[in-house]
Amino acid sequence: MSILIIAEYVQQKISPSTLCALQAAQKIGGEIDVAVLGSNCQEIAKLLAGIPGIRQVLVADHPYLVHPLADCYAKIIAPLGKAYSHLLMAATSFGKSLMPRVAALLDVGQISDVVAIVSPDIFVRHIYAGNATATVQSLDSLKILTIRPSAFQSAASGSSGQAAIKALPFTPVAPQTKLIKQEISKSVRPELNGAKIVVSGGRGLQNSSNFSLLEKLADKLGAALGASRAAVDAGFVPNDYQVGQTGKVVAPQLYIAVGISGAIQHLAGMKDSKVIVAINKDADAPIFQIADYGLVADLFEAVPAFINALDSK
Amino acid sequence: MKVLVAVKRVIDYNVKIRVKADGSGVETTNVKMSMNPFDEIALEEAVRLREKSVATEIVAVSMGGAGCLETLRTALALGADRAIHVPIDQELQPLAVAKLLQALVKTEKPQLVFLGKQAIDDDCNQTGQMLAALLDWPQATCAFKLTVSSGKIEVVSEIDGGLETVEMPLPALVTADLRLNQPRYASLPNIMKAKKKTIESMAVEQLAVDITPHLRTLKISEPPKRQAGVKVKDAADLVNRLRHEAKVL
Repeated sequence: MSILIIAEYVQQKISPSTLCALQAAQKIGGEIDVAVLGSNCQEIAKLLAGIPGIRQVLVADHPYLVHPLADCYAKIIAPLGKAYSHLLMAATSFGKSLMPRVAALLDVGQISDVVAIVSPDIFVRHIYAGNATATVQSLDSLKILTIRPSAFQSAASGSSGQAAIKALPFTPVAPQTKLIKQEISKSVRPELNGAKIVVSGGRGLQNSSNFSLLEKLADKLGAALGASRAAVDAGFVPNDYQVGQTGKVVAPQLYIAVGISGAIQHLAGMKDSKVIVAINKDADAPIFQIADYGLVADLFEAVPAFINALDSK
Repeated sequence: MKVLVAVKRVIDYNVKIRVKADGSGVETTNVKMSMNPFDEIALEEAVRLREKSVATEIVAVSMGGAGCLETLRTALALGADRAIHVPIDQELQPLAVAKLLQALVKTEKPQLVFLGKQAIDDDCNQTGQMLAALLDWPQATCAFKLTVSSGKIEVVSEIDGGLETVEMPLPALVTADLRLNQPRYASLPNIMKAKKKTIESMAVEQLAVDITPHLRTLKISEPPKRQAGVKVKDAADLVNRLRHEAKVL
């Protein structure tokens, strides 16, 4: 078996998610190569070559590749597929955009967002926003997978590896897509995805201005702020706060649901959190059935008390 | 300009799904079905383009059993001009759907194809990208905002931690994310009008596409259940337990 991982990097640093894909590749087993595409990406290639356990690093370096754009990247990756048993990439925004394109060009079915590896051709993934788990077998001789980074540990990085660096033969094709700009949001609070603590509010907050109460709690905890769909639909907060099946799926260390009853669609977005706290005045709210710690109380009294309790040791 | 929108029939997002006891799948009998929410957003965006006189015709496509006719009626009530149903009872995987859509794009010749970024049942997030690759079209996934002008489309996409803006020549493919718009409700007169429209039927054989599955689902199981924990007596008790018991603060 031989596996090719498509690497991602930001500002001359290997993305942590690529190391998670490497860990997944090590679980599959076999020779592991890494492909890196870009413009002036030789330094990244050297970093990758230093990671133990990599056989060779394949580099496509060309001005056309300066931005990761799925149409032209796919045309370079696809011809490589013939030489491998597996093509892997982390299920990042770009991984999700690129890999299905590669799969279609190779006439291979892709397995998205793999969370566990059963055997070299059998994989586990979530469906219905994590409300069910599918065990899927690939029937293609080439397996194309995207890996959910949070489901795998990061492989050991380091610089003791001595992988060969090889230039990839390819015909440069100009991208059809033009990148105008990228804006990475710099919120005072952490991003919902990736935050260690998330504080979310629901319809129980009653109106938009009451969300400031949650902001105080979130800031005290260094937490990201989320909301249920009900709160978004009621216009309390913008749509990008939404945690749930149709919003963001989060799995923080601590999730604090305030005034959220626990509709299925919301639970789908947060039930993989390590510890769940629910604050709600309705003792029968479904959220309490999945909460590790439930506080049956009026949130307008409980949240200020929570903030006070955080101040005292 | 013609816009083709693919719409999938899925279990309604408000339904608590039940995994069948034999692990063969998810219970769909007597379960409320709806248009995939992301596809509904894709359709709404097409309708808004027609309202701005950018689009002239919207064609909605759905593939699957007879239930898809209901989904297509909804699409017509929401503003699609025409609807095409590809009837098939076997499971269709994203690559097969992409190939069928490719065949339809060849005959319909739209300048834009819109899809939802993913279906909320299989959560694959593949079909749009696969179709774009088969057509050799540019793509923008997870659209948050889009503007069409003089043969080009500018799309702001949701990416990890922020937004990305790209410009593409037409024809192009866009997949819709949640924040692109808030879909309208179908009005009663439009629902009545939609009932009178015909839905074209296009057999898989007519499209001459290989729909052989590439993946086999071995088992569908329930994820490990969370147990209800303890009720704490007040906020101080809660903070104390989070600090010393759960050790997350």
